[in-house]
Amino acid sequence: MTRNLTCIICPRGCSLVAEINGNEVKVTGHTCPKGEQYAIDECTNPVRTVTSIVRVTNREDTMVSCKTENPIPKDKIFDVMAIIRSTTVEAPVSIGDVLCDDVFGTRVIATKEIK
Amino acid sequence: MIYDVLIAGAGVVGGMVARELSKYKLSVCILEKENDVAMGASKANSGIVHGGFDPEPDTLKAKLNVAGVEMLYEAADQLNVPYKKNGSLVCAFGASEEPAVHELYERGLINGVKGMEKLSGDEARKIEPRLSEACTLALHIPSAGIVCPYQLTLSAIGNAMDNGVELKRNFEITDIEKTDLFTVTSYKGETVQGRYFINCAGCYSDEIAAKAGDCSFNIIPRAGEYLLLDKTEGETVTHTIFQVPTPEGKGILVSPTADGNLLTGPTAAVVETAENTEITQNGVDTVIKFAAKSVPSVQFRQVITSFAGVRSSEKNGDFIIEASKKVDGLVNVAAIDSPGLTSCVAIARYVVGILEDIGLALDAKDNWDGTRVNTHAFREMNDEEKDAYIKANPAYGKIICRCETISEGEILDAIRRNPKALDVDSVKRRTRAGMGRCQGGFCSPYVMKLIAKEQGIPMEQVTKKGEGSYIATGKI
Amino acid sequence: MINHDIVIIGGGPAGMAAAIAAYDAGIKDTVILDREDSIGGILRQCIHNGFGLHKLGRELTGPEYADVFAKQVYERGIKVYTETMVTDLTADKVVTATNREGILKIQAKAVILAMGCRERSRGALNICGSRPAGIFSAGTAQKLVNCEGYAVGKRVVILGSGDIGLIMARRMSFEGAKVEAVCEIMPYSGGLTRNIVQCLEDYNIPLYLSTTVAEIHGKQRLEGVTIAQVGPDRRPIEETKRYIPCDTLLLSVGLIPENELTRTAGIPIDPVTNGALVDENRQTAIPGIFACGNVLQVHDLVDYVSDEAEIAGNGAAAYLKGELDKKATVSTKAGYGVRYVLPQTVSALSDKPVSLFLRVANPYGKVRFTVKSGDQVLATAVRLKAVPGEMEKINIPAEKLALASGEITVSLEEL
Repeated sequence: MTRNLTCIICPRGCSLVAEINGNEVKVTGHTCPKGEQYAIDECTNPVRTVTSIVRVTNREDTMVSCKTENPIPKDKIFDVMAIIRSTTVEAPVSIGDVLCDDVFGTRVIATKEIK
Repeated sequence: MIYDVLIAGAGVVGGMVARELSKYKLSVCILEKENDVAMGASKANSGIVHGGFDPEPDTLKAKLNVAGVEMLYEAADQLNVPYKKNGSLVCAFGASEEPAVHELYERGLINGVKGMEKLSGDEARKIEPRLSEACTLALHIPSAGIVCPYQLTLSAIGNAMDNGVELKRNFEITDIEKTDLFTVTSYKGETVQGRYFINCAGCYSDEIAAKAGDCSFNIIPRAGEYLLLDKTEGETVTHTIFQVPTPEGKGILVSPTADGNLLTGPTAAVVETAENTEITQNGVDTVIKFAAKSVPSVQFRQVITSFAGVRSSEKNGDFIIEASKKVDGLVNVAAIDSPGLTSCVAIARYVVGILEDIGLALDAKDNWDGTRVNTHAFREMNDEEKDAYIKANPAYGKIICRCETISEGEILDAIRRNPKALDVDSVKRRTRAGMGRCQGGFCSPYVMKLIAKEQGIPMEQVTKKGEGSYIATGKI
Repeated sequence: MINHDIVIIGGGPAGMAAAIAAYDAGIKDTVILDREDSIGGILRQCIHNGFGLHKLGRELTGPEYADVFAKQVYERGIKVYTETMVTDLTADKVVTATNREGILKIQAKAVILAMGCRERSRGALNICGSRPAGIFSAGTAQKLVNCEGYAVGKRVVILGSGDIGLIMARRMSFEGAKVEAVCEIMPYSGGLTRNIVQCLEDYNIPLYLSTTVAEIHGKQRLEGVTIAQVGPDRRPIEETKRYIPCDTLLLSVGLIPENELTRTAGIPIDPVTNGALVDENRQTAIPGIFACGNVLQVHDLVDYVSDEAEIAGNGAAAYLKGELDKKATVSTKAGYGVRYVLPQTVSALSDKPVSLFLRVANPYGKVRFTVKSGDQVLATAVRLKAVPGEMEKINIPAEKLALASGEITVSLEEL
């Protein structure tokens, strides 16, 4: 099977072709090793980083932005969103503070400082 | 409570009538169906103070227009509403259009318009260099001017309220019962009573009159579409440029506005109802085509917004301002299309005269104050004055609208002063925050926050323009 | 009146990077004026990731990228005036600003313009129909959602396929909204390809090219839009009109550099970039006034904004040290297939390589860019594809630059 992909690793957006033979994926069109790995992942275990916001309860109208520390399986995006949505945090928050532990093998961390 | 006078409609006419009546020891209440004042034709028209050459002689329009010009400037001075006597030019493009200019000149003389002069195309271009080369003859009316119509309405009503007039908003009239008193019911079931009822309901004035039992006239709503350009284009012309009416159309004007933008329009299409304030492709194309006829160099790339206003007219073409022949105590002030803005103060005084004729006792207050602090007072200060003002009121140092440089202090004023701004568009009309080139892109979230805080409501309840026009749909 | 060596107007990514560069080049009395309550600019609402791969070698979210630079600003003790809005700039470099303390007047020795850009609004598009609530520029919606924590709608149509619109399509989907369509009036997208993949395709959101929103419906809150394909004149084709019910319309129809102050100071503007005309140091036509970032040209990558700002920061420092002499300048010109080239002038005597930034006029497959002056080829570059939504950068080595005279033209040929 052949899949045509657009690499999303960097803004260059290389057009990739992945030839899938059982467990083996052969990639062409990439211009860097990250692109090759992206195509392999996309055909075997597609993953995405999820970014969102969490309400800061002890500050008026304040949200802290967050992300999954590592990419999570693509089909779990909305599960992760449900977890993030049910989370709140109290200030102060520093970048990198863990907001949700153990989310599909990674963690949700803060990406903004709230003093 | 029983009011002496009820006024239906918080447009420029209803507002000026209220202000005139606030001079007397009377209880007055304005009933407005929208969430703010000036929501009909008063917020979407050309903003022109007409010289008075246009109306047919011996009509109410001719009489009140010519008399109204100086009254309007006087009221604007008292209310501190900026205006400019920029003069207007009515232009003919080619020999076939020239007779119309001569005719308007003659009509102006009969109506008593002062200072008019006829200019050749070249003479006209000398005072208005970007005027089309095709202009061959122009009528110059130096007394004509420009004023911001909703600023005038807001100020008149704010001043009337400061002098004791009440304003009920979201009061859409569903029923009027006339016994000795008028008993007026809103769609929400709220009821007010009054001895006299002045119908200034614009495009709905025929419906309101009918509800009171007077079916003597029908309003024809006519939509006019406009394109408003950035302030960078505000100096394209200095005069208001009219075209003589031709078989192709009644003429699109090109004019600076009192706030420094450039305005082009309006079209004139008969529409079904006053709710038809939609922009049409045909309208936009028409405005662009005809504006270019007067001033070919208008930069339509710099349009920052388009809007339409619906004007009310009547088949006879004149204003209807009279005590109802059917219903005692009802005064109809209807079909106020152009030159309604110019005539508004004259109309208001004429209405007060009618009220007196039909028995309303007028006893002047001795503490009436017709002046009002300019909404734009802060903006017009120099740097030293601003500095001192900010030191006393730090909120004026926090700029919220970057395009128009509007501060938090000015926005708070708009939310707190009569008539209080209850929604985002109302703040915009009072302060110009959101009226610049980004059209509220940056400042609207801040304005929403200020409204929410001042009114003590959650952000989700802040609206753009009243009930149903919510902006945020919930908390995340 | 107070005095500062360098006044930077705007504390977004451009202003921060320019300040750091100027400070590190030896001009310690460098200050930043920003209208918000903290520096970081629009990055603070761009909570998605994808920032920093070029510049920092790692992938960050907007707030994280901003924080990297903000920390460096504060570590250096660079003075930041927050909630301070510049209202006037003169050619003599007098900066007038307003904040809660009053009116601030600063005599600067050099000024760096870093005011960023704004979004094109509905008004500029003349979309027919009514004017209800529920119409947002994509960035305004982004601020309401990401910074204030408010949802802006449940059923969404997006007009314009600019990056902010694409990012917001995904963001709205995350928050449970249904994005019905993204309409792009051009036959190609204005956004980055990766954003079409990861923001639209991942969520099965259709992208309709050569399609626009022809009419807006609803009196108080938006009730629906009529979309239509457009003809070559970019006007809606009547037979293709189709109604989509929705309560929200997001506009992502282009960014406009905010050059009001630039104009006030009398600095000439390039009609194509809508930013100032600059030389390779990002110096405008007024000596000592520099410009960088989105106020100069709208970038698609913040990494390049930071690079450009460093050039301007170093340029301003060099100006103050008297190192910017008048040099043999040549002008750059967009040739075949190229929409614009920046900087608009370069010095042939530059002892450093110069990067030319450009955008192509149409989408192309494989192309070769050629930079020529007269018969001299100064540089060539081959790209597998070139699209208007992605800025290109071509380096000219210093020794080649010395061969230039009169005019430098960049053109492309399709391979």
